Amino acid sequence: MPLNEFDIAVVGAGHAGCEAALAAARLGMKTALFTISLDAVANMPCNPSIGGTAKGHLVREIDALGGEMGKAADATFLQSRMLNRGKGPAVHSLRVQSDRVKYHLYMKNAVEHTEGLFLKQDEITDILTDKNGRICGVRSKLGSEYSARAVIIAGGTYLKGKIFVGSVSYKSGPDHTLPADYLSDSLEKLGVTLRRFKTGTPCRVHRRSIDLSKLEVQYGDEKITPFSFENDKPLENKVCCYMGYTNEETHKVIKENIGRSAMYSGQIEGVGPRYCPSIEDKIKRFSDKPRHQLFLEPMGLDTEEFYVQGMSTSLPEDVQLAFMRTIKGLENVEIMRNAYAIEYDCCDPTQLLPTLEFKNIPGLYGAGQFNGTSGYEEAAAQGLIAGINAALKLLGRPPLILDRASSYIGTLIDDLVTKGCQDPYRMMTSRSEYRLLLRQDNADLRLTEIGHDVGLISDGRYQRLLKKKALIERETARLKQTNIPPNEKLNELLISRGTEPISTGIKLSQLIKRPQLDYASLAPFDPDRPDLPDEVCEQAELNVKYEGYIAIQLEQVEAMRKLENKKLSADTDYSQIKGLRLEAAEKLNKIKPLNIGQASRISGVNPADINVLLIRLAQTKSEENS
Amino acid sequence: MQAICAVSTPLSEGALSVIRISGADALTIAEKIFRRADGGKVCDMAGYTCAYGNVVGSEGIIDDAVLTVFRAPRSYTGENTAEISCHGGVYVTKKILRLCCENGARPAQRGEFTKLAFLNGKMSLTQAEAVMDVITAQDELSLRSADRIKQGELFTRTENLRQRLIKLLGALAAWADYPEDDIPELSGEQLCETLTESVETVRRLLKNYDNGMLLKKGIPTAIAGKPNVGKSTLMNLLLGYQRAIVTDIAGTTRDVIEESVQLGSVTLRLSDTAGLRGGADRIESIGIELAKKRIADSALVIAVFDGSQPPDEEDIKLAEQLKASGQRVIFLINKVDISKEDNAHLYSELCRNDARINSGIDARINAGNDARINASIDAIEISAKTGAGRERLVQRIEEMFGAAGDDDSLLFINERQKDCLDRAEKRLTAALDALSGGMTIDAVTIDLTQAAEALSELIGESVTESVIEEVFSNFCVGK
Repeated sequence: MPLNEFDIAVVGAGHAGCEAALAAARLGMKTALFTISLDAVANMPCNPSIGGTAKGHLVREIDALGGEMGKAADATFLQSRMLNRGKGPAVHSLRVQSDRVKYHLYMKNAVEHTEGLFLKQDEITDILTDKNGRICGVRSKLGSEYSARAVIIAGGTYLKGKIFVGSVSYKSGPDHTLPADYLSDSLEKLGVTLRRFKTGTPCRVHRRSIDLSKLEVQYGDEKITPFSFENDKPLENKVCCYMGYTNEETHKVIKENIGRSAMYSGQIEGVGPRYCPSIEDKIKRFSDKPRHQLFLEPMGLDTEEFYVQGMSTSLPEDVQLAFMRTIKGLENVEIMRNAYAIEYDCCDPTQLLPTLEFKNIPGLYGAGQFNGTSGYEEAAAQGLIAGINAALKLLGRPPLILDRASSYIGTLIDDLVTKGCQDPYRMMTSRSEYRLLLRQDNADLRLTEIGHDVGLISDGRYQRLLKKKALIERETARLKQTNIPPNEKLNELLISRGTEPISTGIKLSQLIKRPQLDYASLAPFDPDRPDLPDEVCEQAELNVKYEGYIAIQLEQVEAMRKLENKKLSADTDYSQIKGLRLEAAEKLNKIKPLNIGQASRISGVNPADINVLLIRLAQTKSEENS
Repeated sequence: MQAICAVSTPLSEGALSVIRISGADALTIAEKIFRRADGGKVCDMAGYTCAYGNVVGSEGIIDDAVLTVFRAPRSYTGENTAEISCHGGVYVTKKILRLCCENGARPAQRGEFTKLAFLNGKMSLTQAEAVMDVITAQDELSLRSADRIKQGELFTRTENLRQRLIKLLGALAAWADYPEDDIPELSGEQLCETLTESVETVRRLLKNYDNGMLLKKGIPTAIAGKPNVGKSTLMNLLLGYQRAIVTDIAGTTRDVIEESVQLGSVTLRLSDTAGLRGGADRIESIGIELAKKRIADSALVIAVFDGSQPPDEEDIKLAEQLKASGQRVIFLINKVDISKEDNAHLYSELCRNDARINSGIDARINAGNDARINASIDAIEISAKTGAGRERLVQRIEEMFGAAGDDDSLLFINERQKDCLDRAEKRLTAALDALSGGMTIDAVTIDLTQAAEALSELIGESVTESVIEEVFSNFCVGK
């Protein structure tokens, strides 16, 4: 007899697990959220920070779909910055420094206060199946069984977690929690292919041991953009961050001791993230660089701990101390938590459908680092989608699959399930081919409706969105219609901004299109300008300024969607299709793409193979017609 | 997949016809319709071997023929292939083709053999297209160009450029994605420089389209000069037959007469024009206007002077105008058979062109080009009536337009390739404009990505089905 009965069981209460459980419960599913430690719910074992390039986009999309991460980040941040301000709206990225403990408490509270959601400290060791092989529940280390019609694995770095510091290694979860040593075997028995990835984290140091006067200060933004589109409270920065540099002496210490690094001594078999290398990796790979940047970031308001961004390492503790002390400002540094590398089991995400359900194990879902990604935001995004889809399936509703043109979340999941990943996957703006459409500033316009349809966005919020949309459209149209006659003051402004003065009347939109000008500076010449919220003005301005580019991108989307509409059957045996190269047939059989568009993105499937598929599709169609 | 078959030679009477069958079953089908004279089996034949025998239908022997066997993947299509060389009658060829179809093959669509070769990875898209160009080449240059494209030269050039753009995009992506990693920012100048070079590369490739078109269709050439200096006689001389009416009455030619003529390795589209003079009647005046327009539109002007008369004002005006026009001109002193030495000298002086002239194929077409060599051209003495000096004229034309062996621009691209390059050029130019206008980098990368995609499409790295259809529908059946 099971100890308790659930619709959905979520294994792991990190950033993926929390979003998955919240979404499932909010959609009316009786949901269990299991964690090895209640004190590690939504923990940030690495950087106490949310957002960053492309990751900030993910958080805003999570918010627009009805997830929790954006709200949690807004409620607990210490400093907020919009990165890439000078590089264009597509790559503007919001990043906050978070209070690690407060974030954990916020999320734990949110989970605790959600109806139908049961947070439980217990290590899950087995996934249970019924006599037909269907997923039917989970079993804990204490032998307790819980029934569930769907199970979401969000095990993070806990699965057979192993920490490495120099030559020392031991079984452990992140931040010295207990590892989950048994679940992997149960998953493998079900047919999940696992592999080893690794990641690392730098040391934490004591504030009093840092000479902050020797470091560059980094202030937060004066005007803060919140993550959540629902947030209209005033926000303020509470701390500064600091920036320093390594030097030749630092590099010398590291090079002399590189043989003592767990990564270089060959103890670690897991594959590390290419995009977030350890300091010894950076020095080896970019040996011509005389210095590397590092950031000192407070871990919270109630602690003296500082995080040292950019210095993750698996060197022994004495070497860590030695090289840290070569850095200007850190001459007397005192390490409170040492840096370490951690190795863990994760799945090959090409086993997953775009719903994040395992293709061959109906009812079992994967999310977060378990799917081969790195980063809290990537994890949360997958958690949300897995939670939604597990619930929708049990409710008998159609699944939620976001395509690449809809969101970074869609792009992330498409990349994972179509291309897989060879090392921990990090989201980047360059991964999206529709960057100018998928901006962080319009995530609500893109996704709120979907969130509302799913059932995670309230009617009130959706109505507000519709109102905003209408205002944007009206203002955009007004900018295109309003004619501005030439006048002396205006021409003075134009000349001072280094752009051509006007001699005849001109549409306001034509002026805004000029890179030297913007919406705000033209206010004095636009007497009929209505009083609108900032975010409405921003959207209208971007619509006008980037009109040509947006049109190009929309064409690209249309072309892409045409290919996405050419459906492929999951029953197709590609090895039986003549003309396909062997490699392509194998890859196609493994991925079982839903459509030609997805097939064309599989690495190892080249255009010639796609043409074979197209020709075959056309043949099948003409046979059906005749 | 069902085997395909087609007649690969022109369907008209000739010594031989070749019927080609390709597909996994090609040899089985051949086995059913071909009886080897030595009694052996077709299916036992090794690749690259042939056998003599009879093509046999239900009513008995149809023809005697030679069967050649190619085994996958060592065939044109990459699949098993059988080729039957039979007697070149239309009826017998069609009958054998029908026999192939009755025994399991289906008629090939246009270009399907080459399509299979492409699909089976035997050749790249540009190479496949070049096969068509080899077939249709009418002159030495076109053939040489097609061959170079077939060897992969267009592919390599495009791919190099594409890689360059991709590299640039990579650098921009890193810069945008790692704002905290002090990745060196690409300066505006660096970007502009790479983009400018890329645009130039694309434009050079594009120019080849015009060059190729001109060479395929013939170089538009106008014969210009005063009335009655022998323009029509020259036209007839070059054509080798009486095309234009020749009289000794000035102003006989009133319309523009146009004919194509192959001179050496070059095809000219010759226009004989009305003589240029003042005081002509109304009809002649219209002819003169047409002539002027034709001269302006031509890639080559052959200016003819009457060597039997000393140059007059009209001659001087014409020579000066042509020299100033920047057009490519060959000056001819005609009627040397009856001219005086002094006149030739006067005309030579008049026609001495001190302007630096173009060379290379770019220049052959577009006068006013940068790539010029310093050489003044002398007028050529000729007698259009006797044919004296014709050799020198042909030689001069070949020098100007003929094949220059390692000429960079001898890559005549087709419509589809031109379309891709046009798009790449447009996007690169837009990127440059956006950059210099102060547009943000995120927008500029959209242009760059599109340019790279257009190039990808050109070389078949990302081809949509419509592109494929477009490419292969331009093939003749059987190839």
